[in-house]
Amino acid sequence: MIDFHLDLRSGVSPYQQLVQQVQRALRLGLLSVGDQLPTVKEVVSKLAINPNTVLKAYRELEHLGLVTPRPGVGTFVTQSLAGESLAAHEPLRVELRAWLAKARAAGLDADSVEALFMTTFREATEVTR
Amino acid sequence: MTPVLRSDGLTKRYGRRAALTEATITIPAGRIVGLVGPNGAGKSTLLNLTAGTIRPTSGTIEVLGARPAASAAQLSKVGFVAQDTPVYSGLSVADHLRLGARLNPRWDATLAHQRIEQVGLDPTQKAGRLSGGQRAQLALTLAAAKRPELMIFDEPVSALDPLARRAFLQSLMEFVAELEVSVILSSHLLGDVERVCDHLVVLAGSRVQLAGDVEDLLEVHKRVIAARGELDALPPGIEIIQADHTARQSTLVVKDTTGMLAQLVPEAGVERLDLEDMVLAYLTRAASVAAGAPVRSYAEQPLEAQR
Repeated sequence: MIDFHLDLRSGVSPYQQLVQQVQRALRLGLLSVGDQLPTVKEVVSKLAINPNTVLKAYRELEHLGLVTPRPGVGTFVTQSLAGESLAAHEPLRVELRAWLAKARAAGLDADSVEALFMTTFREATEVTR
Repeated sequence: MTPVLRSDGLTKRYGRRAALTEATITIPAGRIVGLVGPNGAGKSTLLNLTAGTIRPTSGTIEVLGARPAASAAQLSKVGFVAQDTPVYSGLSVADHLRLGARLNPRWDATLAHQRIEQVGLDPTQKAGRLSGGQRAQLALTLAAAKRPELMIFDEPVSALDPLARRAFLQSLMEFVAELEVSVILSSHLLGDVERVCDHLVVLAGSRVQLAGDVEDLLEVHKRVIAARGELDALPPGIEIIQADHTARQSTLVVKDTTGMLAQLVPEAGVERLDLEDMVLAYLTRAASVAAGAPVRSYAEQPLEAQR
């Protein structure tokens, strides 16, 4: 889930900042097709901003064809911007396999591997200030 | 949709002192309105007139289509939290909720209890022993659980530390997202206003200086930097709000409702304003008018005057 932040001194309007942060997360592959954006209430309760600002940002993202609202459920990513990086997937997968083999050799069980991966992943990809 | 507030020539005097002069504004429903201005500008007067705790000397005001505090139904539609978020210091948090349930026909007990729990208030605690931030959260909860159509706050966060202030605004915005309520709040803190408000009313010297949707206002206000003399004759429709000059350069804050500015000045000389700079330009102008030095139009100022 993407984590929004706001910089009031940036000269970029708050709704534009939210739009840009989603676009950046899509480009970095932190968000991909099917992922849900935080609800309006979640965003306003984190950032203390006007709900209309969030609605406007989500409408803009919808207009750009990046997300689709499902009434009563939430807003979901429908298009990724990480297309160019797909070519890199295979070599990365090979490296990951090698790493998994190393982890197993070092005595880590599946749960430990998953936990280690997730905590590292979260640390490395957190979209925060 | 009925506007949340519509006033025409709204005036309040205390003896010879004008607290609010000829305020004519319309605020659409569903907005979060920031009311800003220096101390004594008339903010509390306007809020109290809106809540119906005081009556106008002249002019009219309609809130949600009716005279403020005209009926029990009208009273139940408006939640008013006066300055310093007053609560009954001798009563416990739970007492406040019971009182709210007794006094308000549309009381939302579930919402009130959830919120009290969520912000970590102890129901048995006497309100007099709460911190400023907790007291503000209690007052906010009481106002929201009325399930009003309009919530009014007079300087709700001015006495709070930054953390409590942010927590209060977070709670308020959650209520707005959940309850479809309009909000009018006064504040000195332009950063907070910029964060939460989508409609702005600037008051100074008892008069409305500027009012409108924030986005529209920021669209028409620009900072213009030009060589001195270049902007001597601005066409009608472009109003100078603030002008600073050096020998060679002029820095203006202008309001351009015509869109003609782009043709007069190179693009590089035009900057977007943020809300704070826009508000300050109006307050500066109001202050200099009050001090007896009306801002002369650019062309009238002798070139030597500011060297």
